[in-house]
Parts: sequence; structure tokens; C-alpha cells
Amino acid sequence: MTLEARGLTRILPGPVQQVLVRDVDLSIAPGEFVAVSGPSGSGKSSLLYLLGLLDVPTAGEILVDGAPSAALAEDARASLRLARFGFVFQFHFLLPEFSALENVRLPMRRLGALAPEAAAARARALLESLDIGDQAGKRPDQLSGGQRQRVAIARALANDPAYLLADEPTGALDSANAAAVFGIFRTLAREGRTVIVVTHDEGLAQTASRRVRMKDGLVVADEGT
Amino acid sequence: MPLTLAVALAHLLGRRRQTAVSMLGVALGVGFFIAISGMMNGFHEFFRGELIESNPHIVVTDEFRLPAEQPLHAQHADAAVEIRRVLPRDPVRGINHAAEMLEGLAAIPGVAAAPTLRGQVLLRRAGRDWSVAVLGIDPDREVQVTSLASDMIAGTIDALKATPDGIILGKTLADRMGVEVGDAVNGVSRSAQVARLRVVGIFKTGLEALDSGQAFVGLRKQQSLQDRPRIVNEIRIRLDDVSRSIEMAALIESRWSYKAAPWEETNARVLAVFTLQNVIIYSTVGAILIVAGFGIFNVISTVVLEKARDIAIMKSIGFSGASIARIFVIEGLIVGVLGSLVGFCVGFGIAEALRAVPAPGATDPNQTLLVSLPAWRYALAGGLATLSAVVAGWLPARRAARTNPLEIIRGAA
Repeated sequence: MTLEARGLTRILPGPVQQVLVRDVDLSIAPGEFVAVSGPSGSGKSSLLYLLGLLDVPTAGEILVDGAPSAALAEDARASLRLARFGFVFQFHFLLPEFSALENVRLPMRRLGALAPEAAAARARALLESLDIGDQAGKRPDQLSGGQRQRVAIARALANDPAYLLADEPTGALDSANAAAVFGIFRTLAREGRTVIVVTHDEGLAQTASRRVRMKDGLVVADEGT
Repeated sequence: MPLTLAVALAHLLGRRRQTAVSMLGVALGVGFFIAISGMMNGFHEFFRGELIESNPHIVVTDEFRLPAEQPLHAQHADAAVEIRRVLPRDPVRGINHAAEMLEGLAAIPGVAAAPTLRGQVLLRRAGRDWSVAVLGIDPDREVQVTSLASDMIAGTIDALKATPDGIILGKTLADRMGVEVGDAVNGVSRSAQVARLRVVGIFKTGLEALDSGQAFVGLRKQQSLQDRPRIVNEIRIRLDDVSRSIEMAALIESRWSYKAAPWEETNARVLAVFTLQNVIIYSTVGAILIVAGFGIFNVISTVVLEKARDIAIMKSIGFSGASIARIFVIEGLIVGVLGSLVGFCVGFGIAEALRAVPAPGATDPNQTLLVSLPAWRYALAGGLATLSAVVAGWLPARRAARTNPLEIIRGAA
């Protein structure tokens, strides 16, 4: 169950074309904890969105579990994201009208693989595993920044995804919370999940098992493979 | 509860005040649609009922819709023949063989017919003249084709049989002339025949045109007044099933050639006014519903803008564009359906209030506004409002479905 990029290129069309990602080859095995770092505008987030099927490459291919995905229709990519990917962003993007528990249940309800009771139990278990089980009934505006990000991680794990993709997940957190979030990612990778985190924090990136550095849309270093 | 419905409800409950205002707009539109159209419908039904009840369903007159074909035309069907200044064959107008025709009509099941001689008579009293359409009738047959017997408020229709010089006047006309039963008036016809007539009855139909401009005398008296002995120029017909009037009129016309006008044709102008009124009402109230639709569009558009981040995360999680659109269409649907339900109550309440309002200009002081509200009118109002709400939700929903989550996720970073 690998996630693989072959000759991945993303160019924004327009009067002045902007190359976000250029000819990237990358193969990420299950259980790897990959930190993608680089200066601002280096294309690390763009690479993450391409790997997570949120964006469509201009050229190249993304193999999810060995199957090509670049030519998939939007709905098929949405279904694949729902079943195989979990996303965590810098901003938590929790639905403000729903409680933490309901937010975590959201992807499960969309997928429909679990009965409502089982989905609720799994959501509760995920929140407890992230030490926020007692916050399950609270809405996002009643939680701290660190708690919201943990809820977002729990939501990303709701459908037991093979790939967890995080884009600057610690960008809005203090150092203690940031370290805790990276600790969670390490644990998830140890459990066999593929974790890819984009970060500008080189210190945190060093704690990952593999470090990919980007510059001007190119992968300039790939360490720890 | 389905997920899309749960999200839609959460959005609407998150903006309670705006949702309530939108719903109120729909409710008022639906309510006024129901009440106003119900009132107009009630008036139309009453008026149609009165027209049908007071008048014959078909009137056969001594006219032809098309001029009779000239023998020359028949002889040279393919030739260009023009005949000018054709004189009527029969200068004394009237229905030929009216007795045989009445017998033929009487043989048709569900048809009652009465002979009439219609003619203008100048009624004179106290130095003033009133031009009145006088109908010479056969009282025994007349009661089978019009509601004259039940419209009598003084005297009886049978008095025309007992009093050869008797006349029955409309209530308004009698009031204007200042006469009551037993009083005498002078009548002068266009053929200069003069007769002294005695008022033997007064009728009131509620239709001003009849009550102020029509009178009845015995058929023989009218034939004498008009100097047209044994002439009948109208046969008035009543049907057991009024809905067959057009079909039956066509049948009669094809059989006897004389023009047979169903009540719909006789009252075409009135019915055209009703149609025009309906167009105005439906347009006005339809405009209210469209305005309500703009309110819903406004609220849901605002929700779409406000919830851009939610839409982005839902799409990144794996919601399809169609399922995102469904959320906002459901929001429109909820506002439309709940607004319609409230509107039904508003409409019913207004209709009940209108039922208690005295009818302006009614001759009966106890007469209140008539409101007719069949169930289909509620269904129509609710259906239109819901459709308007769904369309109003669908337009911003399309935009939501096309949202590129990356633009929002990048913007939030």
C-alpha cells in the first residue's frame, strides 16, 4: 500500500505560468513518517495536495495503492479521498455548529461503512486516544487551539485512512502543542499508517523518519529513506 | 437523520433570525395567495352560480350564425360568384315552427325549454319613461328554465296567468318607478302599441342588470304589444347538466340551424373579466412569491459565502459536488416547506377573517365576502412557493458545488 508520485508536475495556467511542482518522483511506503520542508513557496503544500488528490497534476501520475489516479473524475477522487486519506490543515476547519464528536463522525457518516452507534463509539475512542475524550460534547468555539487540532486529527483518522496528510498542522500551535501533535503522528506511523507532514519547522521535521526538502518546486533532498 | 439534512438544519439554525425572515416572506406570499385567490374565486363562483341559476343555460334566437347559402353558390361551387345586397327571406323575424321545435327539445332527456318573445317596451309612470327589455313568457314553462319563481319577492309568477295585463318587474326597477304590486303602469312598444299594465309581482335576482332592466309579461300580451301575433323569437333552455351546455347548444344549432348560445357565450364578456382578474391576481401574488424567493436566495447565498471553509473541508474529506449542492437545495426546501405550512395557517386565518367582512354593495345586508378555498388551491400555493424556494436554494448551491477547496484552504493558511 504505497503512495507514489511519478514525474509529478503542477503548473498554474495563466498569462504567466507558475510552476508549483516540477517533475517529482517519490515513493512512500506504509508506516513512513515523512516530513516535507522547505522555504515558503517551494511547493511543499502543492505536492501534498497533489498526493492527497485534492489537486490534479499537469503532468505525471500519482499511484494510490498502486493504482493510477490522475485521470479519475472528481467524484471518484472524492470517494478515494474519503476512504483512503485523512487530512489535517493548519486551520482546523471544524464545522462550528457541530460538537467535537459530531465533527469526528462526519467522514464516517459520509462513508456509511459503520452503523451510527459504532461510528459514535469509534469517534469517542479516537477522541479519548488523543486525550480529549472529555471534550467530545463541546463545540469548536469552546475548545482551545490545541484541542481543536486534536479533534481535526481525530476527524482525519475517522475512516481509518491508510494515508494521513497534514499541511502545517502545528503552524497555529505553541511549541508544546506542536511537539505533542508530532508525537501523535509518530505513534500513528508506528501503527503502520503513512504520515506525510508539511512543515516549515526544521526542528520538528528532524523528528520524522524521512525528510524531504523542496525548493522551487523540486525535491532537493530526500533523507532517511 | 441523513448527513446532508443534518448539515442543512445546522446552517439554518445557526442563522435563526434570517431563516425566520425568509420563512415569513414565503408564509406571507402563500397566505395572501390563498386568501386573495380564495376570495376572488368565491366571488367568481357566486357570480357564475347566479348567472347559471337566474338565466337559461342555452338561448335559441331567431338568428343564424352564418348567412344561408345562396343557390347560385351551390350551383357553381368552384366559380367566383359574388352576390350583394341579399334581402332577408322573412321580414318578420321569429323562430319558424317554434311549436315543433319545442316538442323536439322536450323529447331530449334532461332538456327543458320555454318560448319567449323578447322586445323593448317603454314603461311610463308619473311622466317618466323607462326602457325595459320585456319578455313574454309562458309561466308554466318559464319556471322550468329559470329561477324566476324562486326570485319572486312579491306576488307570484302564476299571477301572469290570472291577469292577462299583468307585469312582473325587477326590484330595482320597481323601486325607481315607485310602484308596488297592484299599481298600474303604461307600456308603449316600438310598434306604437300602448297597454295599461298592472304590476302583479316583483323579482330580485341579485344581478343588477336584470333587476333594473328586465320585466316579464304573458307571452300573448307581449305578442300583442309588439304586434307580432304567434311569434316567438327566443327559446330558453335549461339543462339538468349545465356542463353540457356548449355541446348541447352545438347539437341544437346543427339540428334547427337557429343560433343557440350557451351561457358561456352569452356571458363571455363577464367570464373574460374573470379571467383577466385571475391573471392580475396570480401575477401579483406570484410576484410576492418571487420576492420571497429572492429573500431565500439572499440568505442561502450568504450561508454559502460564510460557510466557504466548511464547504472546503467537506469537499476535501470526500463530499462530492452534488452532495454539497444538495445541502443548500435542502435548505431552500426546508424554508419553502415550513414557510408554506405557516402560510397555509396565515391564508386560512385571513380567509376566515374575510368571511366575516360584509360584502360591499351587496343588496342583502347580511351578505359577507364569499371565500372559496378548495384543497388544490393550498397545494398550488405551497407547490409554487416550494418550487420558488428550491430554485432560490439551487442557484447558490451550484456555486457551492463548484467551490475549489484548495483556494479556501490556501487562503486560510
